[in-house]
Amino acid sequence: GGSLLCLSLSAARTHVSYEVKDNVAVVRINDPTSKVNTLSRHMQAEMVEVMNEIWGNAAVKSAVLISRKPGCFIAGADINMIQACKTAEEVTSLSQEGQKIFDQVEKSPIPIVAAINGSCLGGGLEFAIACQYRIATKSKKTILGTPEVMLGLLPGAGGTQRLPKMVGLPAAFDMMLTGKNIRPDKAKKMGLVHQLVDPLGPGLKSPEERTIEYLEEVAVDFAKGLAGRKVTVEKKKGLVQKIQDFVMGLPPVRKQIYKTVHSKVMKQSKGLYPAPLKIIECIQTGIEKGNAAGYLTESQNFGKLAMTSESRALIGLYHGQVTCKKNHFGKPERDVKKLAVLGAGLMGAGIAQVTIDKGVATILKDTTEEGLARGHQQVYKGLNDKTKKKSLTTFERDGIMSLLSGQLDYRDFENADMVIEAVFEDLSIKHKVVKEVEAVIPPHCIFATNTSALPIKDIAAASKRPEKVIGMHYFSPVDKMQLLEIITTNKTSKDTTASAVAVGLKQGKVIIVVGDGPGFYTTRCLAPMLAEAVRALQEGVGPKKLDSLTTGFGFPVGAATLADEVGIDVAAHVAEDLGKAFGTRFGGGNVEVLKMMVQKGFKGRKSGKGCYVYGAKSKEKKVNSGAEDILKSFKLTAPPAVSADEDIQYRLVSRFVNEAVLCLQEGILPDPVQGDIGAVFGLGFPPCLGGPFRFVDSHGADKLVQKMKRFEEAYGNQFTPCQLLLDHAKDSSKRFHK
Amino acid sequence: FLLQKYLYFKKTYITCSEKILSTKSKKTLAKPGVKNIVLVDGVRTPFLQSGTIYADLMPHDLARAALQGLLNRTGLPKDAVDYIVYGTVIQEVKTSNVAREAALGAGFSDKTPAHTVTMACISSNQAMTTAVGLIAAGQCDAVVAGGVEFMSDVPIRHSRRMRKTMLSLNKAKTLGARLSLLGSIRLAHLAPELPAVAEFSTAETMGHSADRLAAAFGVSRLEQDEFALRSHTLAKKAQDSGLLSDVISFKVPGKDIVSKDNGIRPSTMEQMAKLKPAFIKPHGTVTAANSSFLTDGASAVLIMSEEKALAMGYKPKAYLRDFVYVSQDPKDQLLLGPTYATPKVLEKSGLTLNDIDVFEFHEAFAGQIMANLKAMESDWFAQTYMGRKTKVGAPPMEKFNSWGGSLSLGHPFAATGCRLVTTVAHRLQKEGGQYGLVAACAAGGQGHAMVIEAYPQ
Repeated sequence: GGSLLCLSLSAARTHVSYEVKDNVAVVRINDPTSKVNTLSRHMQAEMVEVMNEIWGNAAVKSAVLISRKPGCFIAGADINMIQACKTAEEVTSLSQEGQKIFDQVEKSPIPIVAAINGSCLGGGLEFAIACQYRIATKSKKTILGTPEVMLGLLPGAGGTQRLPKMVGLPAAFDMMLTGKNIRPDKAKKMGLVHQLVDPLGPGLKSPEERTIEYLEEVAVDFAKGLAGRKVTVEKKKGLVQKIQDFVMGLPPVRKQIYKTVHSKVMKQSKGLYPAPLKIIECIQTGIEKGNAAGYLTESQNFGKLAMTSESRALIGLYHGQVTCKKNHFGKPERDVKKLAVLGAGLMGAGIAQVTIDKGVATILKDTTEEGLARGHQQVYKGLNDKTKKKSLTTFERDGIMSLLSGQLDYRDFENADMVIEAVFEDLSIKHKVVKEVEAVIPPHCIFATNTSALPIKDIAAASKRPEKVIGMHYFSPVDKMQLLEIITTNKTSKDTTASAVAVGLKQGKVIIVVGDGPGFYTTRCLAPMLAEAVRALQEGVGPKKLDSLTTGFGFPVGAATLADEVGIDVAAHVAEDLGKAFGTRFGGGNVEVLKMMVQKGFKGRKSGKGCYVYGAKSKEKKVNSGAEDILKSFKLTAPPAVSADEDIQYRLVSRFVNEAVLCLQEGILPDPVQGDIGAVFGLGFPPCLGGPFRFVDSHGADKLVQKMKRFEEAYGNQFTPCQLLLDHAKDSSKRFHK
Repeated sequence: FLLQKYLYFKKTYITCSEKILSTKSKKTLAKPGVKNIVLVDGVRTPFLQSGTIYADLMPHDLARAALQGLLNRTGLPKDAVDYIVYGTVIQEVKTSNVAREAALGAGFSDKTPAHTVTMACISSNQAMTTAVGLIAAGQCDAVVAGGVEFMSDVPIRHSRRMRKTMLSLNKAKTLGARLSLLGSIRLAHLAPELPAVAEFSTAETMGHSADRLAAAFGVSRLEQDEFALRSHTLAKKAQDSGLLSDVISFKVPGKDIVSKDNGIRPSTMEQMAKLKPAFIKPHGTVTAANSSFLTDGASAVLIMSEEKALAMGYKPKAYLRDFVYVSQDPKDQLLLGPTYATPKVLEKSGLTLNDIDVFEFHEAFAGQIMANLKAMESDWFAQTYMGRKTKVGAPPMEKFNSWGGSLSLGHPFAATGCRLVTTVAHRLQKEGGQYGLVAACAAGGQGHAMVIEAYPQ
C-alpha cells in the first residue's frame, strides 16, 4: 500500500519525481514548462515535499539528485521570481527560504549525491554543494559556476558561506566575483566535485539518454557506498593543501586577502558595481563572525542588491540578450551551407573564423597572396589559441581549418549560399565587387556587406537583385565581440533577413536588426561621442584623463583608447561621411585633427601609434607626443561652465544617448531593447547602466535634458535633445522599459 | 553457476558441431571472372606476454622465426615466392621495413621484394588482402603475408625540444655555438616521450574508450569477466587438445625452445572480481583480466592462386573470398569495426549470418566484444547509426571463437589477423563447416571482415 500511495502522490507532481531503487531514492528533476530547470517556487515546493517523504522513509538509506534534461542540471534561481519582488525584504525572505532548504539538505540524515550533467549554475550549484557528494559528467555542456554577480546579485542561498569552506578563500572569491564557468576537470581539481563520469557515445539508446542513465547508475553505486561507509567524503589533503589551510587559518593573512580583493574589485569596477563588494562582505562576515552572521548578511545583501538599478540594468541586458539570440524572421528557405567572404583583412578573416568554427564551409577570397596569407594565419592563430587553452584539440582545430578555402579567384562561388564582403570602405570599390560577385553566384545567393557606415541602399544600387542585399555589420575582433548588427533596406526580402540572422546565430552572435541609413544604429551613436571626445582633446583634456573619465563612467574602454582600437583612419572616414549626412549635429571636434593624425601615420593600434604609442612591452601606455602636438595646433578654449569632469562625462554620454533615442524616433531602431543590446555589446556602453534607453529611464529624461540644455547654450545644436527625449522629459510616466 | 555455464557452452558446442556435420555442402562462393585465391597454410610463433622469453629479441627476429616456420611447414622452395607483405604497428626505427629485414634473414631469395604495411590491429589482415589484390590483379601467383608485434621493447624518444637541440648540434660549426646549444638544455627537455596505445585524434587510450563503449551498451562487469573466463577456458582446452596447430616451435637464441602460448590462464570469477578497473577509476568495468594483454609474436601465411597451388602440388586449406574495410568515429565508435564490417561483407558474398559455420572475431576487450554483439543484435543501432533496415544479428556463441581468442591467446597487434584467418581454416577443417567469418576492430575507428570458404576435402 505504501508504494501505491507514493505513486499517487508523485503523479500529482510535475517537476520533481522519485523512485526508490535498492534503498537509494533517485530524485529526478524536470521542469516540463521550460528547456532548463530553474529553482522556481513550484520546483522548490515539490522538492521540499519529496525530500520530506524521503527523510520520512526508513527504508531509504541514501539519495541521488539528478536532472532528466540532457543539457541542464539546474541553471539557477528563477530570475522572474526575484524580479517580481517589490521590496528588499521580500527578496531577503526568498533568500532565507532557500538557505533553509539547503541547510536541511546539508544536515540530511542520509547522504545525498548530486549527479550533475549540463549546466549547474547559481542556485543549482548552491543546491549541489549542500549535498554530501557530487558527481559530474565530463560533457562539454557540463559547467559549474556562480554567475549571480553578472546580474548584479550574489549567491543568495548559502553559496557565499559554503563555497569558501569547500574550495578555499582565493578560489571562492575568483568564482563568485567573476561568475566564470568552471569545466568539470577543473571542478574536480578544485574539490568542487568528487568524481567525474565520461559522456558516452552511441549504444542501445541515444548518447544523451544513455549518458544520463549511466551517470545515475554510477551515482547510485556511490550513494550505496556512502550509506555503507565504503566511500568516504573527505579527501586526503596533500601537503600543499595543508599548508594553504594553515596559512588561511591566520587572521592577518585573511585580512590581507580581503584587502587585496577589495582594492582589485574597486580598481576594475570603479566602484560602479555594488554586487562584488557585497559578496566580499558576505564571505568575510561568514568566516570572521560565524555561520549565523554570515547567512544573515548574505540574505540581507541579496535583498539590497536585487533593488539596485545596477542589478535591474544587468538583468535587463540578460533578458535582452536572450531575445537577441532568437530568429524573429522565421526559418529561412534554405540553410547557408557554403559562405564566401571577400577580403581577408582583420574583419574578413574574423568572419571566416567564426563561420568555420561552427562547421560551415567557407571561402576566404582576397586579391593578393600576402593578404590571403595574413588572413589565413589570423584564422589559424585564433583556433590554435583555443587549443592552448584546451577548449579545442589540435585534431578538432585541423578539422575546422579544413573547412576554410583560401583563394584569389572566384572558383566555387557558383556553390555559395551567401557572400559577405569585407573589402575597403569605398562605394565605388563596393559597386565593382557587387557586379563581379553577382556574375558568378547562383540566383539564391545572398549578398551581405560588412560596412560600418555606408548606407546599404547605396551599395545595393549596383545590384541586379536588391532583395538579396543586406548589411551585416560585425565588430572587431570578430571572434571576441558578441554583437552583429544586421541592416535591412526597404527592398531586402524577409527571407534574406531570416537567412542573415540564422547565419549570425550560428556564428554565436547576439543580433540586432536595424533600418538603413548613414551609420545605421551603432556607428551613428558612436560618431557624435567620438566627435565630442576629439573636442575634449582639443580643449586640453589629455588622452589619459579622457580615458579615465569615460572608464569612470562605466565604459570598459576609454574614449581615446577606443579611437585607437577602431582606427583613427576609420574614425576620420566615418566622421567625415556622417558629418556630410547629418550636418553640424555631428560636429564638435575638428575632423582635420583625425585627418592630420592619419597623415602622420598615427592610425591607432594597428600602426603602432595613435593617441598612444604601442608596441613596447611595458604595461604603462605612453601618450603619443606627435598626437599631442597636433592637438596643440588645433587647440580650443574650454568653456568653464561645461568643463568640469562630470560635465565632460555627460557631454560624451548625452550625445550618444540622444542619437540612440533619435534612431528609435526615426524608426532606424525597432525597439529600445535592441538599442540597449547594440550599445552595450557593440560599443561598450556601461553595462551597469543597462544601455542608453535604460539609462534615460533610470537617470530621468528630464534631468538629462536639463544637462543637455546647459551644454546646448555653450556649444549649440549638437546638444539639442530630440523630440522623443523631450516627450519623455515632459511626462515622467513615459518609459522605454516597463 | 560458472561451471554450469561452461558446461552449457560445451554441450551446445557438441550438439552444434553434430548439426553442422549433418547439413553439408552449400554453394561455393566462386565468382565467374574472379580468380580463386587460396590459403595454402599459416603458422605463428607462440604468442608470449611481453617482457618474458622474447624480451631480448628484435621484431625482425620474431618475424624471421614465423617466416622460417612457414617455409618448414610448407616445404616451399625459397625462390617460389613472388612477393612478401608484412604488417607491424609499433615500428622499430632500425627496421622500418621489417618485412625485408626478416625475409632476408629467413633465407628467402634476395630477389623477392618485400614491403611493410600498418593498419593498427588489422595490419596483417591488410597484408593478406594486399596479397590477394596482387594475385587477383595477375601480378603475382604466390605471396607470403604476415605480421609481427614486439612489445617487449618500444621506441622511447627524447622530447621534441631535446631532439631539436641535438639536431642543431650536428650543424653547429664552432665550439661556442655548440656550448650555447648545450647550455640551452633544461631538465624538462630530458623527460622522454613514451608511446601510448592512445588515439592521436582524441588522445584517449583504447582501454578508456572500451570502458565507455561497454557502458554505452550497458555491458556489465560480470558479463565481461564471464566472457574473458570463457576465452581463457576455451583456449586452454584447445591448447591441451592440440588444436592450435598453427603454433610452431621456436628456439629462442640464448633461451629454450618455446612451443606454447604463455598467456592462457583460466582464473575464477571470484579472483577476477577482485581486480580494480584499469582505465576508468573507480567506477569503470574494464580490468587487466578482461582485456587483451601486451604480447610479443609473429605470424605468416602462404597465399596463392588456386592453379599455382595445385600446380605446385599443394592441398590448400581454404579459399579467401570477399573482404571489406570499414571506418567510423574514432572517439565513440572506436572498437565497433566488426558491427559495421560483418553485414557489409555478408551482403557482398550473398550470405546471411546463419550461413556462417565458424566465427573468429578479434577480442581486444571482453567489453568490446560484448558491445559489438549487442550492437549487432540491435535494430535500433542498425537503423540509427548504420543506415540499415534491420540488425544483422549476433553470432551464436557455440560457433564463436571456440578455440580461445586474443584475450587468452594474446594479441601481438599486427600478428593477430593471420592467426584469425588460419584458425578459421583449421576450424572449418576440424568442424566440417563451409563458411567462416573473420572480423576485427582497429585503432583509428577502423574495422575489417573477411569471408573464408573451406577447401573441399
